[in-house]
Amino acid sequence: MNSDPSDDTAACPECAGRLPVPAGTVSGEILACGACLAELEVVQLDPTRLALAPEVEEDWGE
Amino acid sequence: MSGTRLGLVCSRVRVEEKMLLEAISRRPDTEVVRIEDDRIQAPLVGNPDPAGPAGYLRGCDVILLRGLGHFRQLAIARLAEAWGVPVVNPAAVIDTCGDKLRTTLALAAAGVPTPPARVAFTVEAALAAIEELGYPCVVKPTVGSWGRLLARLGDRESAEAVLEHKTLLGGALHKVLYLQAYVEKPGRDLRGFVVAGETVAVIGRRSQHWITNTARGAVAEPVTVTEEMAALCSRAALAVGGGAVAVDLLESPGGLLVNEVNSTMEFRNSVAPTGVDLPGLLVGHALALAAQR
Repeated sequence: MNSDPSDDTAACPECAGRLPVPAGTVSGEILACGACLAELEVVQLDPTRLALAPEVEEDWGE
Repeated sequence: MSGTRLGLVCSRVRVEEKMLLEAISRRPDTEVVRIEDDRIQAPLVGNPDPAGPAGYLRGCDVILLRGLGHFRQLAIARLAEAWGVPVVNPAAVIDTCGDKLRTTLALAAAGVPTPPARVAFTVEAALAAIEELGYPCVVKPTVGSWGRLLARLGDRESAEAVLEHKTLLGGALHKVLYLQAYVEKPGRDLRGFVVAGETVAVIGRRSQHWITNTARGAVAEPVTVTEEMAALCSRAALAVGGGAVAVDLLESPGGLLVNEVNSTMEFRNSVAPTGVDLPGLLVGHALALAAQR
């Protein structure tokens, strides 16, 4: 975990902007980029690395 | 006493999975083993590598499936059952709930009231089926969720267009045409949460749109849970094999009908209006299965 995740930011792979990574964020979580609205998946913590979240697949859901 | 190893299989960590992780963290004797389903590969004969994701899962006392893909969850449930590890939900429950045709057959076999539905495989046969159901009716993919690819067919012209599109453009699953009578409802439907046969909460899902799914913008609201609602939800859950499921009810003019049953319940919008700790109950259910091993 980050030592002080509340101060963490990460780069958006879509628009290269920086977005905040809230405290308590875990790997696999989905974040939205406030600048370009892309849905991003947290693929690594410490340091945080983001990737574009996959599109919804046909059989996804509850 | 050593702690319980609870495997949590996710595709993504959404609000629900964070709530579950939090609920697990409140259990002092429980160790969570979180596995991303993208990383699982396992031999179908013999044992998985104990140091790999599948091996970690096999070493669990119980597995809670929270993946997004129906077929992937079904496959993992079957693996877990072959290993003798209890899983929430069992493969049979996922199999039945994930396929609307199977759900309807299971509900009908148990005498649970559900909207009239028919199946057909060609446009011509489907149009004949709709004549029997009456317009409007709803065509649904047998596998799918979040209200996607549902169509309300108001007349023969629209039915011909939608059915032709489905059969020509859709994949193999869309060539099984599941048709359901459209049920007028009072601007909402009901969702009951059932854990191990007990209805633990019911919410209303209100929307101006005929698709009342919170994933499509419907708003959850508290409802007064009647004995009839609770009993019907429990019966529906038992009809699909038990486990922990969410039951969608329609308040039709003729009484309550069970529309669908969901085997991977989403509850982010339901804890606040009901005041029920749904993630805690799910974790408790999983741990109870582990204790029965």
